[in-house]
Amino acid sequence: MSEDDVVARLRSGMTIGIGGWGSRRKPMSMVRAILRSELRDLTVVSYGGPDVGLLCAAGKIRRLVFGFVSLDSIPLEPHFQAARQAAAIEVTEYDEGMLQWALYAAACRLPFLPSRAGLGSDVLAVNPQLRTVRSPYDDAAELVAVPALPLDAALVHLNRADASGNAQFLGDDLYFDDLFCTAAERAYVSCERIVPTSELEAGGLTRLRVHRWMVAGVVEAPNGAHFTSCAPDYDRDEAFQRHYVAAAKDPEQWKGFAATYLSGDEAAYQSAVAALRAGANA
Amino acid sequence: MTGVRETRAHAAASEQPTVAPVSTAEVCVVACAEAWRGDAEIAASPMGLIPTAGARLARATFEPDLLLSDGEARFVTGTWALGQPPPGPAEGWIPFRAIFDLAWHGVRHVMMGPAQIDRYGNVNISAIGDYARPARQLLGVRGAPGNTVNHPTSYWVPRHLPRVFVPRVDMVSGVGYDRAGAAGRGAAEFLDLRRVVTNLAGLDFGGPGRSMRLVSGHPGVSVGDVVAATGFELAIEGAVPQTRLPTAAELTLIRDVIDPARLRDGEVRG
Repeated sequence: MSEDDVVARLRSGMTIGIGGWGSRRKPMSMVRAILRSELRDLTVVSYGGPDVGLLCAAGKIRRLVFGFVSLDSIPLEPHFQAARQAAAIEVTEYDEGMLQWALYAAACRLPFLPSRAGLGSDVLAVNPQLRTVRSPYDDAAELVAVPALPLDAALVHLNRADASGNAQFLGDDLYFDDLFCTAAERAYVSCERIVPTSELEAGGLTRLRVHRWMVAGVVEAPNGAHFTSCAPDYDRDEAFQRHYVAAAKDPEQWKGFAATYLSGDEAAYQSAVAALRAGANA
Repeated sequence: MTGVRETRAHAAASEQPTVAPVSTAEVCVVACAEAWRGDAEIAASPMGLIPTAGARLARATFEPDLLLSDGEARFVTGTWALGQPPPGPAEGWIPFRAIFDLAWHGVRHVMMGPAQIDRYGNVNISAIGDYARPARQLLGVRGAPGNTVNHPTSYWVPRHLPRVFVPRVDMVSGVGYDRAGAAGRGAAEFLDLRRVVTNLAGLDFGGPGRSMRLVSGHPGVSVGDVVAATGFELAIEGAVPQTRLPTAAELTLIRDVIDPARLRDGEVRG
């Protein structure tokens, strides 16, 4: 299927989890398809990077569930900052580990999982919906009851997949992509390359961590994580990320950036990126 | 398992005091390294350049059993330069999920960089100002709530200023002693705030009620300088000693092995 086919299966108001971590292996081609769509009022769940920034800039997010938003090599995400500083989005801010627990609880069909993380911090103050729970055992410890966070849909990008949705990471970290998939009603995987099932094991059985039962659809998206990293297929495009940040900090420059990169389809995006690279190398 | 490694050789060489001119950044690297003294076989997780140099220095000298990551998903061996890939072989795979497991097990000592810190060690890395509409949105709480209540935590502040050392932080991301005490045993039992190292001084939480205490001033810094740069009352007990200087062996490691490109001078000048 295509990115637009995935987006056609999403609805405004849905809770959508986005895999990857910061500016690493983000399903950017599917995020770009959302930018082009009529979708709105989304609740986005992410270990956030430019996915969150771009969706903020396009006004797609009603509520963000996050532990951080960062571009890694550039610590602060400018569009996310601007959205928060304008009170343009609602937020549910968790400790990173609480977010893992929330997804895992949903994946295990549990109402909550107990957590030490969060106790004593203002995560409890800014999330008045959070409750604590007392251990029924002798320790009687009071812990945060991190509520399950079921997703309507999850979007993840991996290195390889077969046509039926078995997907493989080839870099050093799966991040939490399997949890996003299993916490979701429907998960959509984009990948650098769709390969025959018979070729997957050669890439490493232990890297074959997303399974077809978790996955509702597969998109072949070469360079689809751009400008985030997708090791070992490619590293983060640091020059492009700097360009993105500079543009995001100035409304006039952002208009130009959006016209060049975000006004067409994915093929147009990839052509514009290739043209920029050719210009830089000329 | 603990083991004696070849890096122990550095410890013997580090007893000689140095006579070479020492920069503030180099004093800070050693003060950060000292935060991990006695930690033995746990993961040292430095955030920021000078803490990273400090962690590598600590392992190369007095804490040879520390575990260090390459900043991605590997525990790596050896001592290597800031900004360069580690030359040594990996000794472990630590994707983010394994780092959470490590943190919750308590075998980690992180050094984080707060935007704000108060007298009892509450820190803010999330947002400055009104939470509903921040004057300045920062990273978010990241792992700070979980880190602080699970394992030893220290802090590095490259610019010691009253707007960082505040009476009350805007959003408690990392938990301090007063808040943990009020939240109960679940928050307090593993809370262990160790050191605050700044461009001016070394501090800890040995003051009354586990409040922040001035431990040492860097060369050329007076107690008055530190007090003036701190927006709350510091515990000060008698004469405050000077922060220890790097030994000759430590200086050689910092200058020739860990930071030959002098990246440290970009974080702390002078």
